[in-house]
Amino acid sequence: MKHNITEFRQLYYACKEQNKKIYEIALDYEASRGENPEYKVRLQAKKSLDAMKEAITTGLKCTEPSPSGMSGDDCDKLQNSKHNFILGQTAKKIMTYALATSEQNLRMGTIVACPTAGSCGIVPAVLIAFAEDNNIKECDQINALITAGEVGRLVANKMSLAGAVGGCQAECGVASAMAAAALTQMRGGSVKQIINAVALALKNILGLTCDPVCGLVEIPCVKRNPFLAIHAVTASELAMSDIISKIPIDEVVDAMEQTGQLMSPLLKESSQGGLAKTKTAIALEKNILK
Amino acid sequence: MNQSSIIDIISPIMAGPSSSHTAGAVRLGLLARNVYNAKPDKITFKLYNSYALTGKGHGTDKGLLAGILGFAVDDKRIKNIFETPEAKEIDYHFEFLQDFNRHPNAVDFIFEGGLNMTISGDSVGAGEIKLRKINNFCVNLDGKYNTLLLVYEDMPGVISSVTKIIQEDNVNIASLHCDRSAKGRDASMCICIDGELSKNCLNKVSDLKDMYIVRYIKKLES
Ligand code: SF4
Repeated sequence: MKHNITEFRQLYYACKEQNKKIYEIALDYEASRGENPEYKVRLQAKKSLDAMKEAITTGLKCTEPSPSGMSGDDCDKLQNSKHNFILGQTAKKIMTYALATSEQNLRMGTIVACPTAGSCGIVPAVLIAFAEDNNIKECDQINALITAGEVGRLVANKMSLAGAVGGCQAECGVASAMAAAALTQMRGGSVKQIINAVALALKNILGLTCDPVCGLVEIPCVKRNPFLAIHAVTASELAMSDIISKIPIDEVVDAMEQTGQLMSPLLKESSQGGLAKTKTAIALEKNILK
Repeated sequence: MNQSSIIDIISPIMAGPSSSHTAGAVRLGLLARNVYNAKPDKITFKLYNSYALTGKGHGTDKGLLAGILGFAVDDKRIKNIFETPEAKEIDYHFEFLQDFNRHPNAVDFIFEGGLNMTISGDSVGAGEIKLRKINNFCVNLDGKYNTLLLVYEDMPGVISSVTKIIQEDNVNIASLHCDRSAKGRDASMCICIDGELSKNCLNKVSDLKDMYIVRYIKKLES
């Protein structure tokens, strides 16, 4: 391939010029850089997808508490709740799968860091719940995961996807944008719609801090996963209606990078501010870390 | 700049709960194991700052030990590593320290045995790691490349002899990093390469005059 693809704009034009999908251009580009031929990326996507499904299956059945004892039974509560879910069954499934995965993560179960462990429930929940309810073939699920991976890669080109560097916008926020892309891809959205879904999702999550209680990837992280999974659905619904982000995606990413830099270190994974320094959090900390 | 790959984003498949505190810890252990490259009699793990404070809840101690034992980041045994037969075979202990001159997620591995070695490293985010020091030498190892590590008596011409031998193997050098120990005349060299070095090439390097340590450190698989 002739051109570098380091920004969404370049990805968009490459798709248009060659009349290809995002995952096709992404696979070509990976291969052109030498180390990762198409089969290798597809194989990793397949392995990751299988591991995501396994984490969900295990998580759905498990109520074992986390080592800290602070969580582990929320997925069970959601599954067994009898109230009427106004967003419908697929949305309920998405929330449940997101909790199942992130609770597995707390138990030191096997998960896929996608892009990170704290945000591991978001992409699988959206991708797999939608695929199940709409009979999406495995190869199309893999294509969707590669689409999501390309979104994460382009953001990671500009900023580190670590809460300690960019706050939670860089972890759960990016996961939500990746999930929005995967979902829009599976629904047959155009390249433009996919890219707008990403921009809309990211734009709405700017400034999300990382203030985990007791320094554990637990509060607020676990419940943030179902929230941001549904956030991805909203982004996809808007984009599928041809609503566009007035601020182009690459500028949104720049804004996110800047926001991450401006964010106080006290709110970036150091557990020295925000939720982590509330009265209750301090009491929990004394209990757990002693 | 090194661009990341889609594969980095949609992996690793790992034991939770934290990419930096768990997967990063395993990877640090694995890389330190590759550097030490022998069976130690005893290992002390010194965990600093966030690694010390929140490491227990995140399984950082388990991850470090798992890495030293050669377990992969997604090994299901990590959760109960202290009860495994492999762990029972070695003598290890943990120290938890504060030192704000160090990275928030820093660790020292102190190996004792036929060879004594101290290796220091940091978990820098999203499972990515850096080894910073081996004994008194600054290094820069991230486990992404096969790396040749040399410790030798500092003399003119060593670098060019080594790079020449590598060139004969038709292997590309991705980066080269040198350092001199604070005391004495020892120097170290870290050469990251694309591809593999042959046995023959390693033998030739070992045969150079005044090489104390020659280690071929394989890149991490995950
Ligand atoms: S709050 Fe921090 S630790 Fe928790 S998921 Fe977000 S970035 Fe990760």
